[in-house]
Amino acid sequence: MNRVPLEQKVLSENDRVAASLRERFRQHNVFCVNLISSPGSGKTSLLERTLAVLPKDARVAVLTGDIRTENDSARLKRFGFPTKQITTGGTCHLDARMIDRHLADWDLSDLDILFIENVGNLVCPSSYDLGEAAKIVVLSVTEGEDKPLKYPSIFFKAELMIMNKTDLLPHVPFDPDLCEENARKVHPNMECLRVSCLTGDGFAEWLQWLEQRRNAYLNLQPEVVSHR
Amino acid sequence: MHEMGIANSILEAVRTEMRRYPGSRPAKVGLRIGEMAAIDEASLRFCFEALASGTDLAGLELAIEVCQRRHRCCDCGSEFIVRDYDFRCPACESLASDCVSGDELELSYVELEDNEPSAVGAESSE
Repeated sequence: MNRVPLEQKVLSENDRVAASLRERFRQHNVFCVNLISSPGSGKTSLLERTLAVLPKDARVAVLTGDIRTENDSARLKRFGFPTKQITTGGTCHLDARMIDRHLADWDLSDLDILFIENVGNLVCPSSYDLGEAAKIVVLSVTEGEDKPLKYPSIFFKAELMIMNKTDLLPHVPFDPDLCEENARKVHPNMECLRVSCLTGDGFAEWLQWLEQRRNAYLNLQPEVVSHR
Repeated sequence: MHEMGIANSILEAVRTEMRRYPGSRPAKVGLRIGEMAAIDEASLRFCFEALASGTDLAGLELAIEVCQRRHRCCDCGSEFIVRDYDFRCPACESLASDCVSGDELELSYVELEDNEPSAVGAESSE
């Protein structure tokens, strides 16, 4: 029996496409974030409120993924920014090829920020690099504080956790400090924000995070850009 | 439920690799999965067998090595396995460390057999 070493990532084809996307984003100075959460945590609501408060001439675009329906893109198109729905037809995550295909007729030099809203799923999207500069995990206070411990992969890979629906905190037995503590058990340097898409609480901090993180991205030299 | 796509990627990688070894057939493929990789081993095995059956790769064995989460201490440099999210360095008690393994999803090797009709089941010979 002859054993041949085969040191390569299983998803090397996805990683290859993602690397070329990352290079294109870098060339055009597009800061791309990949929003991941379980279904119903409020990714679309977060984007709605974000698009609503951004200046009308902001250079942002959205790709939003779901298994079926154009509902989310219909919600997000109302704000006047370029928006496209990716319907996967059953696949539980977005992959780099889907992003590549849907960007084909957009000119990246028109964009400063690209939001990707992944399919609602806390497991599978964590394996697929989309060429983003940052993964963001969204969690709502109607879920358990222990979610980071139960689904460590995405909390490990995301650099920001957004705790959503904080307006419900008086009505639900959810300890936000414990949740953040759990997130930092999985990922000690995790950044955490608390927002309410209903009241707008926390949005100033969220927009500030986007701006600061984008500035950091623009100042990074290409060779030190890393991702997990 | 993305194990089907993962299984398909493994089989495709094996087929690509085998083009370099005409006259051989693959008997076993080795995979490293980190405990943080969010891959279910039983589900992956099921998908792998389902996709391989009836193809040129039917009967290919899948050997899975699960990699634990390992950290390297930023202060004393020692490496340790993280259990139950306990990040304290066992050597110096520091809480500052970097993750060095645990989210792998990698192919590590393929084992080849000579492509002879009688070679099936010749596992014990070298």
